[in-house]
Amino acid sequence: MEYNQIVNTVNGFLVEEFEVEEEVIQDNAELIETLDLDSLDFVDLVVIIESNFGFKAKGEDFKEITTFKQFYEFIDNKVNK
Amino acid sequence: MRRVVISGIGIYSCLGYNLDDVRDSLFNGKSGIVLDPDRKEFGFRSGLTGFVEKPNLKGLLHRRQRIQLAEEGEYAYLATVQALEMAKMDNDFMEANETGVIYGNDSSARAVIESVDTIRKKKDTTLLGSGAIFQAMNSTVTMNLSTIFKVTGINLTISAACASGSHSIGLAYVLIKNGLQDRVICGGAQEVNKYAMGSFDGLSAFSMMESDPTKSSRPFDRDRDGLVPSGGAATVILESYESAVRRGAPILAEVIGYGFSSNGAHISKPSIDGPIKSLKRCLADAKLSVHDIDYINAHATSTPVGDVSEAESIHRVFEGSNPWISSTKSMTGHECWMAGASEVVYSILMMQNSFVAPNINFENPDEASARLKIAEKRIDLKLDTILSNSFGFGGTNSSLILKKFKK
Repeated sequence: MEYNQIVNTVNGFLVEEFEVEEEVIQDNAELIETLDLDSLDFVDLVVIIESNFGFKAKGEDFKEITTFKQFYEFIDNKVNK
Repeated sequence: MRRVVISGIGIYSCLGYNLDDVRDSLFNGKSGIVLDPDRKEFGFRSGLTGFVEKPNLKGLLHRRQRIQLAEEGEYAYLATVQALEMAKMDNDFMEANETGVIYGNDSSARAVIESVDTIRKKKDTTLLGSGAIFQAMNSTVTMNLSTIFKVTGINLTISAACASGSHSIGLAYVLIKNGLQDRVICGGAQEVNKYAMGSFDGLSAFSMMESDPTKSSRPFDRDRDGLVPSGGAATVILESYESAVRRGAPILAEVIGYGFSSNGAHISKPSIDGPIKSLKRCLADAKLSVHDIDYINAHATSTPVGDVSEAESIHRVFEGSNPWISSTKSMTGHECWMAGASEVVYSILMMQNSFVAPNINFENPDEASARLKIAEKRIDLKLDTILSNSFGFGGTNSSLILKKFKK
């Protein structure tokens, strides 16, 4: 899967499922703060990642992710490498 | 003891999604029952059901609120929005003034079954998502309404089978009457899906008159052959008289009596004595005689055994007074956990608009129903005092008396 396709898919479900405005999604913006994620939301993020990319993210994976760009790269690594 | 009044009502049912449409359906004897081919394919004996649309709450509730709300909670939310608006209670008011919620609900089958399906398929509970647990519990309606509407008083689900909605109103009435709460959001919710009703269908309890769905629910009629499942939600705001007056809220009616009992007998076979005890307790609580009741909204679900039993109970208690009787389930089907609350809403609409809704499809009485004054057509009549019956599996019985409000 192309990196751009991953970015589009992620942004698509964040807009649709997490109801965030598309313009606030920026590579260097903070993921948790921008999406206003709490512990329950992370469970839903795991579900959406699994249904869109076919792998299950673990809670500890998110400890290394601060920005949207890191989030895309995390998925890119899992899907393509 | 304080007076308890109703200051708001709301409804989402197969007769309509707002009070005006529901009033018109009741007035015109319009049925909300359809044949659902999907149920037949799924393995149901009967594909008959009350029909309600799945609401779209996007834009009304944010994501977190939506994903933890089961189907019946969606109906309850919409009914409660209507009721709170009528009662002039917004979230600012709710945060500043203690209000309770007591709502009837006795299943959340779709949420439970879909979760189990996902676990079986994925072998991983995390993949259920965060909303699953909050949708699956029996208290799903009250846990969600309480967070959405900022409830800070009592927060309780009543699971009492097909009397759940009625008991929710009865128990809130007791709390307010005794000064323990000033206001309570009451009601009943019932999911409308094939998962919820399969086991009930399996008891051969449902009507098989599939060729003409609107004729299939025929309480008290000689040729009835079973109930038709249905659902939605109804909300009733109960409030102390003092609180309603202080807030300038509308007063739609007064709750003056609550009766209850348990048959202490068979799990599904109805009794005559249990409902009699509930009826007598309700009349005594209201300090009324049988001659004071203008209309009885019967529980009658259209089952051969249940309707005979209720007819006999009513006959024994009301012999000599002969109030008008109808079962609105002839139009709605059996709204189960919701029915006791929705039938209070239907009764208030009749009281406000001076008519007795018809017991449609009542064409020929049987021996028991022939002794009752059943409204086979709409009766235009001023109603001052109404009694509503609800009975459920396990022999739980509830009766409520509503009175037109007078200072």
